[in-house]
Amino acid sequence: MSSNPNTPDPKIVDLAAVRAKLAQAGQNHFWQSLEELSETKEYREFLEHEFPHDTAKNPEGIDRRDVLKLAAASAALAGLSACTKLPTEKIVPYVRPPEEIIPGRPLFYATSMQLAGVATGLLVESNMGRPTKIEGNPEHPGSLGGTDVFTQASVLTLYDPDRSQTVIHEGRISDWSTFGVAMADVRGQQSPKGSGLRILTETVTSPSLTAQIRAIFTQFPEAKWHQYEQFGRDNVRAGAKLAFGKPVNPVYKFDEADVIVSLDADFLTAGAGHVRYARDFSSRRSMESPSSNPNRLYVVECMPTSTGAMADHRKPVRASEVPDFAARLASELGVAPSNGASPALQGISSEWTRAIAKDLQQHRGSSLVVAGEEQPARVHALAHAMNAALGNVGKTVYYTDPLDANPVDGIESLGDLVNDMKAGKVDVLLILGGNPVYDAPADFDFGPALLNVKLRIHSGLYYDETGELCQWHVPATHYLESWGDARAYDGTIGIIQPLIAPLYEGCHSAYEITALLGSDPGKSNHEIVRDYWAGQRPEKEKAFEDFWERSLHDGIIPGTALPAISVSARSDFAKPVRAQAPATATSSPDLEISFRADPAIFDGRFANNGWLQELPKPNTRLTWDNAAMISAATAQRLSVTTGDYVKLQLNGRETKAGIMIVPGHAENSVTLHLGYGRRRAGKVGTGPGFNANFIRTSPSPWAATGLRLEKTGKQYYFAVTQHQYIIDHQGHGSEEASDAAFHRDLVQVATLEEFRANPNFARDPNEEASRGLTLYPGFKYEGYAWGMSIDLNKCVGCNACVVACQSENNIAVVGKEQVMAGRAMHWIRVDTYFRGGLENPEMYYEPMPCMQCENAPCEVVCPVGATTHSPEGLNEMTYNRCVGTRYCSNNCPYKVRRFNFFLFSDWQTPSLYGVRNPNVTVRSRGVMEKCTYCVQRINAAKIRSEEENRAVQDGEIVTACQGACPADAIVFGNINDPNSRVAKLKAQSRNYSLLGELNTKPRTTYLARVRNPNPEIHE
Amino acid sequence: MDPEGSQNINEASQAPVLEPGHTLSSVTEKISSIVLGRGTTKGWMFGFAISFALLMLFNVAVTYLLVKGVGIWGIRIPIAWGFAIVNFVWWIGIGHAGTLISAILLLLHQKWRTSINRFAEAMTIFAVACAGMFPLLHMGRPWLFYYLMPYPNAMWMWPQFRSPLVWDVFAVSTYATVSLLFWFVGMVPDLATLRDRAKNRPARIIYGVLAMGWRGSAVHWSRYETASILLAGLATPLVVSVHTVVSFDFSVAIVPGWHSTIFPPYFVAGAIYSGFAMVITLAIPIRKFYHLEDLVTMRHLDNMAKVMLATGVIVAYGYMMETFIAFYSGNQYDRFMIMNRMTGPYAWVYWLLITCNIVIPQVLWSRRVRNSIPILFVVALVVNVGMWLERFVIVVVSLHRDYIPSAWGTYMPTRWDWATYVGTIGLFLTLFYLFIRFLPMISIVEMRSLVEETNEEGQAK
Repeated sequence: MSSNPNTPDPKIVDLAAVRAKLAQAGQNHFWQSLEELSETKEYREFLEHEFPHDTAKNPEGIDRRDVLKLAAASAALAGLSACTKLPTEKIVPYVRPPEEIIPGRPLFYATSMQLAGVATGLLVESNMGRPTKIEGNPEHPGSLGGTDVFTQASVLTLYDPDRSQTVIHEGRISDWSTFGVAMADVRGQQSPKGSGLRILTETVTSPSLTAQIRAIFTQFPEAKWHQYEQFGRDNVRAGAKLAFGKPVNPVYKFDEADVIVSLDADFLTAGAGHVRYARDFSSRRSMESPSSNPNRLYVVECMPTSTGAMADHRKPVRASEVPDFAARLASELGVAPSNGASPALQGISSEWTRAIAKDLQQHRGSSLVVAGEEQPARVHALAHAMNAALGNVGKTVYYTDPLDANPVDGIESLGDLVNDMKAGKVDVLLILGGNPVYDAPADFDFGPALLNVKLRIHSGLYYDETGELCQWHVPATHYLESWGDARAYDGTIGIIQPLIAPLYEGCHSAYEITALLGSDPGKSNHEIVRDYWAGQRPEKEKAFEDFWERSLHDGIIPGTALPAISVSARSDFAKPVRAQAPATATSSPDLEISFRADPAIFDGRFANNGWLQELPKPNTRLTWDNAAMISAATAQRLSVTTGDYVKLQLNGRETKAGIMIVPGHAENSVTLHLGYGRRRAGKVGTGPGFNANFIRTSPSPWAATGLRLEKTGKQYYFAVTQHQYIIDHQGHGSEEASDAAFHRDLVQVATLEEFRANPNFARDPNEEASRGLTLYPGFKYEGYAWGMSIDLNKCVGCNACVVACQSENNIAVVGKEQVMAGRAMHWIRVDTYFRGGLENPEMYYEPMPCMQCENAPCEVVCPVGATTHSPEGLNEMTYNRCVGTRYCSNNCPYKVRRFNFFLFSDWQTPSLYGVRNPNVTVRSRGVMEKCTYCVQRINAAKIRSEEENRAVQDGEIVTACQGACPADAIVFGNINDPNSRVAKLKAQSRNYSLLGELNTKPRTTYLARVRNPNPEIHE
Repeated sequence: MDPEGSQNINEASQAPVLEPGHTLSSVTEKISSIVLGRGTTKGWMFGFAISFALLMLFNVAVTYLLVKGVGIWGIRIPIAWGFAIVNFVWWIGIGHAGTLISAILLLLHQKWRTSINRFAEAMTIFAVACAGMFPLLHMGRPWLFYYLMPYPNAMWMWPQFRSPLVWDVFAVSTYATVSLLFWFVGMVPDLATLRDRAKNRPARIIYGVLAMGWRGSAVHWSRYETASILLAGLATPLVVSVHTVVSFDFSVAIVPGWHSTIFPPYFVAGAIYSGFAMVITLAIPIRKFYHLEDLVTMRHLDNMAKVMLATGVIVAYGYMMETFIAFYSGNQYDRFMIMNRMTGPYAWVYWLLITCNIVIPQVLWSRRVRNSIPILFVVALVVNVGMWLERFVIVVVSLHRDYIPSAWGTYMPTRWDWATYVGTIGLFLTLFYLFIRFLPMISIVEMRSLVEETNEEGQAK
């Protein structure tokens, strides 16, 4: 079976032809566009030969129906393997002992999910052995109970019918034992030195996997470990190296910071520890009373992010000008020498910078400067220097040893690998996760270089762009199927314990694959992880058992947080800061492009996740696509507008994208999110969006100038769920919708000063007046009366609630076409409103679940009594009774009802049955649905309390949105109990109802936003 | 006996409701021969073929709808009601003229109504049939339509009586029943006439069955008169109540642009307005193709034009008050709604509606226009369009921007919306073609009673 690499493979001849063709095509021919290359006859022949089954093109326009059809077919296999297999090893539930599974009673297990190596601790709900819902682990420092969109949606990836299911060898189905034989061959051939062996991983923070890999290097001393991940925090390491000489890991304590300056850092929704940071940050924004002292946030950024929306002062600045601003701020703080005339920055006055500097200085030890992960090392170094100068180190920020075991620069490391591959030095390449063929910098030509490697092995969840170019593809286990360990943002180690045995026989974890190369192949990943920790811990036998069980139960290994280390800044780091000071902003409107992680599908790894694809991205409310995002003024200058389909040319490379005008975006700059334009992602992810990787190169991975934008004359249609701005063809915007929102007091906002002067600013006198004006007798809420409070001052607009709700309530994905038709099904949405001009508006988020009105307009108009009032004040939907007149939706002033215009729920794909919450009906065609305050959770808690003959306690019921919220902005409970948290929040002066004057008496109320602007800044 | 009499008489309002010179037998002969003597003409076949083709389009559209779901239409959140409800209200409104003519004008002893009441009533029934399709089809799960009826069931579930949609079910079904009965009862003596005059056996049998043993005895006549008056009395409140209830669908809701107390009278006036426009639209070609100028005279057209003008003015008043109250109330949502109608994305629909329903019909003040058949026909068509647009503005434009701006959206009908709409026009016309081919389209009995009267008038002249 396994081909002997010593004998010349006939296929190499074909390969040579391809190379010849490539050489012939010359420098301007870019291979990265695989479609383009595959048009050459030789390459097609090669592919056909190499991967016989794979010559069929991917379907181009894929709509939801096709997804369903294809999914059904591919799921036939999925259905064969039962979904309810428990792992064979002993795993420990979080809450209740697993002596027996009680049907209908979910169990919770602690585990961790990694994103770019950084773990977030989770509690996963398991229904009869099926993981169905992700919650945050309150005991895990990276979560504190909160989650983000990626963790929430990850459970759908587990059941994704497009996941790779079997070992594939040269395009044919193979199996694990055959692969094991091949790996044994590799071991034999590479002995003793292993100079031709390369391992390419993503960021590895797992101690046990690190130990395994290190063991391989003792066996094969000349083998090399390369590490590449698009969002692998290269600049954080480089910045720390620049400042301190070693790649330390900064850990922030936002809860200690009174004044925060973000230098293009979206620390609330992206990057290491963002879930925890959102919690810490928002903890300083609970304005219980006028005397509360909120923090103040300054943000300088290019693309409007959630963090920018939370800013008290925000300036849009091109990504490449952020270093200039950082330098100026540093020199104001006396950190960096101001070398004469600091370059003028568009839109940022020196008074503004000075006011920030003053504010920071007034808060020595309680201020914080944060640099964005995509900003160059200089900015990080400056931020470290400023924090040091402000006495923040040890207070609002501390440094630890790096989280990752192999703290190298990813692009450099991958570059070395590519050079070696091109030089033919690599015999065996083991790619453990990642998709470098898709996301490596374009100038590396990773794909063709990869073909130089004799034996290419890929392990991944999907048989993706990289997998198809490798002889061996081993499907990886999902984190919910495998054992492991990983570090959180502060170094705390969490054990990854599986909730379910691998759905497919072929799936194996990186641990098991690595073990095949090591000394004891065939070890299960449970043994690997457990044995590693048994070796590490002082406890033995019974004591270790206890330790192990406790660690599994808690989800963390106590005391593993990395200690703060003292670092001293190098004296010379400030020097290179302003070596070259190009007069950037003076005149030349040189167009810049910046690349960022997509807020929904990240670097493309979640491309096949329908929940994330359909998630409206913060601020833009865009679904199913990325876009070339530009400011209105730049659009006008370039005479383009939203929907224009353009060519983006950068240094001779080209990609295409649709233009989208984004209010608050920096001028003369285009932001293009990475992760889209996948060619082999699966039925959902293949196709949507534009591949930014085509023009992203290693010298300028995050921002590059010299972008040329050329209209194609074609139109591209985006699926946007909310149009805040109506922008005409000249790029002029009218803020009709947002204006109306403020006229209607939908978003109540005051400055701290105004709030202190008038704590009741959010009260609506008309609301009081209209109470009692109803023909129908009021309800008496004698027992529980459920209510919800949403704090707009805390909500960071991260969308975790939206995905959590989708997961908890079996909400269907409808597809781009249907989103465009106005039929997205989310039960909770994060409304976004802008105030101020198009250039730099204030941004406001307002999560909108059902208001559960006491005088519900929907209830009176339903002709069949399908939506009714519960004695506890819920507006309940009876799906069986609904005939679908949609009158309730028309009469809902909040428009929170969602209708099944078609059969949106997937009733055909067996593997997707697994992800469904068994306590929530899967809706059929023609019925209305809406937020129920997670009535299934309410009832479960009530049943439990009745069994125990007690009342439901405050905090016992947590709705899905509340549970997911990293910012603790949503609180649910019994408003009849004056001591409940929600009742107390509702008693605050900031409490207000939406459209209260309609006398709907909503049970969901909001706490008004209080901005904390710097009184010295006048704008 | 002047054949050009109608052209010579300028004063259409003074024109007779039946041209002089008719005798009892000539009236009977003229009307019944359309059914019995004329046979199936090419013109009829041509018109019927087109109508039937449209009906088949309707079948296709409905089949596809039932297979796929209402998502094939342009409706969305927030515009959850679209063409279906627009068409429903439009068709129901059209029906009103028939009931008004046959019931109210009967009670008011308006003799001129006799020659148009039969086909106006037919129009009512067919329009209600078309209208009735939409509430059924627009449901997400139409096969469960009976949930809206109060029927005994094991779940003890009743309709939710606070919902105007339940009132609609009663209003529309009552309306359909009473209209059908009224139409049929009125037709019984005529069916007997057809039975008696029919040449072939199947026709005799069918008409005989339908005539229900009518022999024209005094007792029959007496009961017939009583039944007619009773049914007229029953139908009269329906003229007002049906569209009032339909308007409750909107005015009971809290959507700005719907929530308004003026809706019931304004809807009723609008219904009669569009109904008379439709009667004129139908009467003019029928009168021409079946040479019924002496039965449906200029007097009829003139009177109907006047009714249209009067109801049109009431409708205009409705629009004015809607606008006035929006500002006078000080309610910002109403104010925004009106401004959005006038200047928003659908402003062109609003201004087209004003043009069709208010501006153009003002030409009817001129007697010369009322006497000009082509202009009258065009104006009637314009009003039909205008009243359809009015419902579009009320349903769609009100919904597309209501309270929460984040949920605003725009509505675009799909080809299936159009196919369903045009399809019901096909259904309507198909039924109408069958009606004029197989049933007496003018009441023979009532026309005969006019003969004596007009002859007396003619002699007096």
